[in-house]
Order: sequence, then C-alpha cells, then structure tokens
Amino acid sequence: MPTRASGAGPTSSGDAIRAIPVRHWGRWVSAAAIAAALGWLGWSAVRSGFVDGAQVRHYQFSRLILEGLRATVVLAVAAQTAGIVLGVVFAVLRLSKNVVASWLSGAYIWFFRGTPVLVQLFFWYNGVPSVWKRITIGIPFTHLTLYSARTVDFMTPFMAAFLGLALNEGAYMAEIVRAGILSVDEGQVEAAQALGMTPLLTMRRIVLPQAMRVIVPPTGNEFISMLKTTSLASAITYGELLRRSSDIYSTNLDVVPLLVVASLWYLALTTVASAGQYALERRYGRGLRR
Amino acid sequence: MTDGPVTATAMVRAERVHKRFGRVEALRGVELTVAPGEVTVVIGPSGSGKSTFLRCINHLEQITAGRLWVDGELVGYRQDGDRIYELREREVARRRAAIGMVFQRFNLFPHMTALGNVTEAPVRVKRIPSSRAETDARRLLERVGLADKIDCYPAELSGGQQQRVAIARALALEPKLMLFDEPTSALDPELVGEVLAVMRGLAADGMTMIVVTHEMGFAREVGHHLVFMDDGVVVEEGPPRQMFAEPQEPRTRAFLSKIL
Repeated sequence: MPTRASGAGPTSSGDAIRAIPVRHWGRWVSAAAIAAALGWLGWSAVRSGFVDGAQVRHYQFSRLILEGLRATVVLAVAAQTAGIVLGVVFAVLRLSKNVVASWLSGAYIWFFRGTPVLVQLFFWYNGVPSVWKRITIGIPFTHLTLYSARTVDFMTPFMAAFLGLALNEGAYMAEIVRAGILSVDEGQVEAAQALGMTPLLTMRRIVLPQAMRVIVPPTGNEFISMLKTTSLASAITYGELLRRSSDIYSTNLDVVPLLVVASLWYLALTTVASAGQYALERRYGRGLRR
Repeated sequence: MTDGPVTATAMVRAERVHKRFGRVEALRGVELTVAPGEVTVVIGPSGSGKSTFLRCINHLEQITAGRLWVDGELVGYRQDGDRIYELREREVARRRAAIGMVFQRFNLFPHMTALGNVTEAPVRVKRIPSSRAETDARRLLERVGLADKIDCYPAELSGGQQQRVAIARALALEPKLMLFDEPTSALDPELVGEVLAVMRGLAADGMTMIVVTHEMGFAREVGHHLVFMDDGVVVEEGPPRQMFAEPQEPRTRAFLSKIL
C-alpha cells in the first residue's frame, strides 16, 4: 500500500472538557464524625484538669528540658552515625568470599538483633564494669600504655547508651546495606572489574553510591526510630529528654503536661528528620531514571 | 607447558580451553589465535559459548581446563616452571586494565556523567592526574562523536550514545586489546550504525579487536578473521568473505543460511 500524508498537524486544546465532578458526600460525613470524636476526646481531657496548657507552655522551653533535648539529639546522631559505619563494614564482611569474615558478621547480626536493646544497655552500663574492672589500651608485649582507666569511670551513662545503641543499630544497618549492595546490577561490578578496579575500589566508587538509593529510605526510618529509642537510655540514668521530664514530674507530680512536653519535642525532631530524609532521597536519585 | 613461538607474537592464544558451570560445559576445548592488529569476529548461535569465551579472556570467568594467554601472559595464573599459581585479585585487576571491554547492555555507571565514566579508571586505577585524564577523556568523547554530551548522565543518552561512551571508557586505559560482547544487540535498529562506525574507525587505527556480534555486514567488511562457534568449540574459521561464500562445515552452512 502506498504511504499517504495526512497533512494534519497538532491541534489546539481550545475545546477542553468541562464536566461537573462527582460529589463525594461520604467524605464530608466521615470527616465530621472524626472531628466530633477527636473534639470530645480533647475536651474531656482538658476538663479532667490533668492537661494544663499553661504548664505545657511553661516547661516546653525550660532549661532542663532543653538540656535533655540536646542530649537526645547528641546520642541519636552519634549512635546512628556509628551504626551506619558498622553497618557498611559488616554488610561488606557478610558478602565477602572470606568465610571467617562472613561468619563473624553473621554472628554479630544474630546476637545484636536477637537481644532487646534495653537488656544490651543494662549490660553495657552494669554488666561490663563488674566483669572487666579496668580498660587498658597499650602496645602488646611492651610496657607502653596509651590509655588506662577503671571501667566504671569509662562507662558513663552516655558511653554505655552510645555503645549499646550503636552496636544494636549496626546490626540492623548491616542488613539494610546488604540489601542495597545486592540491589546493584551485576553488570556494574563486571564493568568496574573490566576496567581493572579492585574489589574494594569497586565497592566504594561504583556499588555503594548506587546502593544508596535503596539504603537511604530505610536508614531515614532507622534514624527516626533511633530518636525515640534514645528514651530507653533514661533507664541507665542518661539525662536525655524523657529522663529530664521524669526528673521534673517526680518532684512536682505534673506527669501529664511533662509527657506532653516530651512528646511534642519528639514529634518536632522526627518531623525535621523526615524532611531531611526526603532531601537525601532526592540527592541520591540523581542521574537515575527510576 | 612452555610458551611456544606462536604465543610470543599472538595477542590472544587459546589451547583446549574449557569452562564448566556446574553440570553445564559452556566451552569444550576452544582453540584460537588472534594476531596483533587483527579484527576477529566471532559468530554463532546463542548458547554456543562465544560470550563465555570472551569473558574468559578478561578473566570475568575463570577457565576450568586448557591454557589461555593474552600477550604472552597466562590469564588469571602465573606459571613458574611446572607450577601454576592462582593470581591475587590485585594482579588480576592490573592485567584487566590492559584489556578494554564493551558490554551488550553498556553497563555505564549511572551515577556519573559521560566524562566521569571515562575518567574513572584512569584516575582511580592508573592514578593519572584528573586534569590530564579529563583532557584525554574530552578527546576520546570527541572521537566517538559525543563532544556535546560530556556532562550528560547515561539516563539522558540514547542507547547508541551510551554504547559510544562505553567504548570511550574502555579506550581511556589505552588497552592493547578490545573485546566487544554483542555491542549492538541491545540497540534500536536505527542506532546500530553509529556504534559500528566507531568500531570501524578503531579497526582502521589498527586496534586488536575481538567482536562477538550478529552484524554480518560488519563481519564481512571489517573483520580480518571470522570464527564460527557452536556447542562450545570453534567449528570453522577463516577469512570472512571466503567463509560467507563457501562455508566448509555443514553446521556453519546451516547457521549462515538461517541468518543471511
């Protein structure tokens, strides 16, 4: 059949469709019902006299609470950062052809994922100093000592909380990083190998940057979770947000307002973290179609 | 086994090369010699072992029997008298850097620009100062006709452009041998020509090339040596025009009649 030119170019969209949209009456009804239920809940809480807005406003920016807030952020950032580093190291070890490395990493993940964080915190704070009395860092087979201290002095509440949370987080991060590494196309590794890149260089320059796209979203979740998990450190007397709040309400008995104060700060922190996660995801989606 | 006189001059020499994947034997005694400056085109049905053989040359696969030399050096091993030692990763990597490879699916690094893809190996592997590597990379990208795409990410390029970046990336290490693994098979038909043109240019410059392809026109016009593989062995080899005109083996004849 001979081809034929139709001669028709693109047309203007002057005759756009103007239709009357479907009305969703059910949504209005359900929204009203939910608003009524929440309103009743709030009103009854205020009427009980235990939720005092003035108290909340008074404590929200008080010195002790702000100190706790700072301590929470410091602990969460430190533990998460160390957890990410541990996660990358143990994920690479887990995927290594070296049997010893792979086994070691498997054992680490098994142990730290398999015991409660709170138990781990107690272990670091109370258990370790009674088992190992002194910590000494020196050069083996010489008398040179670089650092030596009684374990009780070294294992401050912060140190115990940091070690416990970081090691626990490292086990979860190792699995996240491992999933990220496995998500990278095998052809990428082959291309890097064909260019004479060593396994370590390939991991650092080619695989991990691409794995980031898979690693970042769950890591954001982990950090949000970490911000809240730091509250467990209150159990080993670390002066973070919850500990400071309970310090105050144990003297003046304003339990509910102070729990509201702490919750509002946790919400603020997690909101900021979510925004950061979104920005990071955009950054690592660069140059990729999907 | 010592290196014979042929090995000294051959760029690639394969003697009874076998490769086994579990129960499947992909290569069953490949014999092949590639002279420097020669374009060898390997054809054959899918599953004939031609890609596997190419990957063995670059040690992406380890051969299970036989001997394979590139430029007089055993691939993946070091021979000392009668003993054969496995090479360390670092040494394998060093030898791979002297061989360029182009893949069917391009395998460009998606998180780097065209320029980044080309400079990566010279800077990180050969430790060439990045300013010089960049000058060289610009020249290479110009050579493959992509001077205006230097700052594009792979996702912003067409398949043909991506494959040309991949060729420039392989050339950046100044390889003595280039391996092409079905370089045009993943391309839309209208993009095949631009990639073949670049390869033609390379051949004209005297690059030693081994090309696994289904492009019979390229094999006929550019190839110095045509190799037909089937079922893990080299069935027939010779000058392309002669082989296309009068194939000697029945299997070669059957294959060519299906595709020509």
